[in-house]
Amino acid sequence: MEGNMSLSLKVWRQSNKDTAGGFENYKLDHVSPDMSFLEMFDVLNEQLIEEGKEPVAFDHDCREGICGMCSMYINGRPHGPLKGVTTCQLHMRSFNDGDTIVVEPWRAEAFPVIKDLVVDRDAFDRIISAGGFISVNTGNAQDANSLPIPKDAADDAFSAAACIGCGACVAACKNASAMLFVSAKISQLALLPQGQAERSIRAEKMVAQMDAEGFGACTNTGACSAECPKEISLENIARMNREYIGAKFSSQNA
Amino acid sequence: MATSSRLDAKIPQGPLETKWSKYRSSVPLVNPANKRSLEIIVVGTGLAGASAAATLAELGYKVKAFCFQDSPRRAHSIAAQGGINAAKNYQNDGDSIYRLFYDTIKGGDYRAREGNVHRLAEVSGNIIDQCVAAGVPFAREYGGLLSNRSFGGTQVQRTFYAAGQTGQQLLLGAYSGLQRQVGMGTVKMYNRHEMLDIVNIDGKCRGIIARNLITGELERHGAHAVLLCTGGYGNVFYLSTNAMGSNVTAAWKAHKKGAFFGNPCFTQIHPTCIPVSGEHQSKLTLMSESLRNDGRIWVPKAKNDNRPGNEIPEEERDYYLERRYPAFGNLVPRDIASRAAKERCDAGYGVGTSKLAVYLDFAAAVERYGRGEANKNNIHNASDADIISWGKAVVKEKYGNLFDMYKQITGEDPYEVPMRIYPAVHYTMGGLWVDYNLMTTVPGLYSLGEANFSDHGANRLGASALMQGLADGYFVIPYTIGAYLASEIRTGKISTDHEAFVTAEREVKERIEKLLTIQGKTSPEVFHRRLGKIMWDKCGMARNEQGLKEAILEIRQLRKDFWSDVKVMGNATYFNPELDKANRVADFIELGELMCIDALTRNESCGGHFREEYQTEEGEAMRDDENFMFVSAWEHKGVEEWELHKEELVYENIKIAQRSYK
Repeated sequence: MEGNMSLSLKVWRQSNKDTAGGFENYKLDHVSPDMSFLEMFDVLNEQLIEEGKEPVAFDHDCREGICGMCSMYINGRPHGPLKGVTTCQLHMRSFNDGDTIVVEPWRAEAFPVIKDLVVDRDAFDRIISAGGFISVNTGNAQDANSLPIPKDAADDAFSAAACIGCGACVAACKNASAMLFVSAKISQLALLPQGQAERSIRAEKMVAQMDAEGFGACTNTGACSAECPKEISLENIARMNREYIGAKFSSQNA
Repeated sequence: MATSSRLDAKIPQGPLETKWSKYRSSVPLVNPANKRSLEIIVVGTGLAGASAAATLAELGYKVKAFCFQDSPRRAHSIAAQGGINAAKNYQNDGDSIYRLFYDTIKGGDYRAREGNVHRLAEVSGNIIDQCVAAGVPFAREYGGLLSNRSFGGTQVQRTFYAAGQTGQQLLLGAYSGLQRQVGMGTVKMYNRHEMLDIVNIDGKCRGIIARNLITGELERHGAHAVLLCTGGYGNVFYLSTNAMGSNVTAAWKAHKKGAFFGNPCFTQIHPTCIPVSGEHQSKLTLMSESLRNDGRIWVPKAKNDNRPGNEIPEEERDYYLERRYPAFGNLVPRDIASRAAKERCDAGYGVGTSKLAVYLDFAAAVERYGRGEANKNNIHNASDADIISWGKAVVKEKYGNLFDMYKQITGEDPYEVPMRIYPAVHYTMGGLWVDYNLMTTVPGLYSLGEANFSDHGANRLGASALMQGLADGYFVIPYTIGAYLASEIRTGKISTDHEAFVTAEREVKERIEKLLTIQGKTSPEVFHRRLGKIMWDKCGMARNEQGLKEAILEIRQLRKDFWSDVKVMGNATYFNPELDKANRVADFIELGELMCIDALTRNESCGGHFREEYQTEEGEAMRDDENFMFVSAWEHKGVEEWELHKEELVYENIKIAQRSYK
């Protein structure tokens, strides 16, 4: 081993969604400050395997901050202490030798625990299925440059589209609201001319699905945006509220 | 050399420019009523899989899609950074379908099929149209039109991009199309499911065995066609830019059930990745090739120069790519840039603590952009500090997320000091052998995107992977699958009670039980790391006969050790990532052996395959067109046993030449 940091870890262990979980304490030595947080967990897991214990299950994939799969709630903050950084991009140099670090899964009724730090985020997929798209079958498209889009609109749409769907916004919110996630997609498509045809119905359907999944209401605390690893702006929630109210006023749906 | 009678590429006859359009108009069609009763399984939901699943469902087929991640949106296409090529010629700089075709064949060092690559170039423009219509927010100019940049191996600007997150935006576009079909019930989506075998009945692929990763249950799924869109196998090297979960298992199971594996040794080592920082390293992170538009690559002129990069004066720097390749400079193809970096480091000019790194420097670009901003705003007496700060703002807009990522990983600020980069495994050109229809040697089994071997030859040009994935999924398979399914309309529903399903499921179950009962001393992770070291040292950026022969023996021993000493914790009845990993590592070990055998057989250097025995005096790759202008398609015959089948490559339109970027 190459590092000289020693850590105490308090990690949430839970067999599945139907059983109660609890914290386990682990000591970890020789941690290098150049390790990522997940690499530190790799080392912990190798240590557990050597001791004949089951390793900690955690979600992760790309380890470069873009897939949205990693999801640890570290010392009371989703993705840990840094602003605009996912857990996989968090490095141990952000901690000190001798620290105690508490690691929990996302906690929200709509995100049941699968095992340990792994939760089920299928609700997000179902919200997208409800309306987070433009209905254009393959082959329908016209030439890409036939529709000029002002750079500002394209840039704003891009900023909203940068959401990685990790669920940190839900985990950060005391109400477990999914408004930031939903509003990012509604905003992206409402800002683009291609999204206009379905603008109203999209807002209605996505919000209805969000409510059906059991996410809480928004009380404008702003924790979601503050903790978002992609720094998705709260403006999206304001825009979504306008879109939704506008859609409801003119709704054709009963 | 003649093509093996076992391989029929089915490339349409006729002139290159009309092969695809004529073929497309003559492929048998399946009427809408029959489509509703034909089932298609799509494994993998990256660009190829998501676009194929959505498009086939739009056409009316019954589709089931599978991914091992918790959502189809996580597939590793999401991490592609730089861009996607298309022959739109929006920049009026002389681009055309032919040029994109030509650049791709040349970039692949003349080891790809003309017919496939021309088709790819033909549909490239449609991809951009489709993505824009689906709401993909590509970068735009102030006039509202699409912006382009350059990538390696080309002299035109044909790359469309969305900051350094092009793959993310394209995948989310394809994913939203897929979720739309899921919502309509035309695609049934299986998240957290891993395909562990294909099932063949009477010589045709009729379904898969999948494992529900949450419950551990094995499931049988029948279909009239199965599409493997399962990405590349770069993780055979342990360290690569691939996601941790990226694996070869689906493709490897298909290989062992009759699908030939094409050009397994063709691996792309990407020149601009963040160097390894220590033993704990679990993966490597790419810094997009788009950075070579503006970054200049250099090393000190003196060996073992330990001064910080910023303190080394201009005249003591060796911009070795600009020196060796003046025509393309920093934008030479990836294989050439990677080898040049290795050459400088091996010769003692490397930088950083490990000395296995070169500089990628943005100082010149910052100044150039800063002056541009000053001119744009009519400021003629700007201070140097102002110019630098304006220049940094422009660089931030273009590459901000990449610079942030670099800073986060290394702890160094690339706006202030030059980046340190080194080559790393990034992409695999090899994959399942497919014909022009994208069908493997198993009827009814297809392979799309990086999972197949086609289109990129021995080296892939930057911004071409996204193009190929979406071409295969949106615009190729929806047509070519008709050639097969038109003859399946009388088959009826595939019963999963067939003996072949029972046997396949039993074999999968036995293998899982075996993995769990060995209870040795070594974790799957440790075996993976050992395999990676053998592969990187002996089948990596440079290969030679002796090393490859050693590697084959070492890998065989590793396989035996694995099956007698692996330690897999837990059991198979609940969520158990250790078991999933063990399963994947076992397949990587077998693949590693085949890669070394392929590299040993190919007695030439071409593209990413560099055999030290075959190089020019200047150290460039030396092809042997007389003896090796073929695709290697390997048939699995048993443990440690493969048979090579050759598909001759015929160039009717392109004049073969020694590749030169000088």
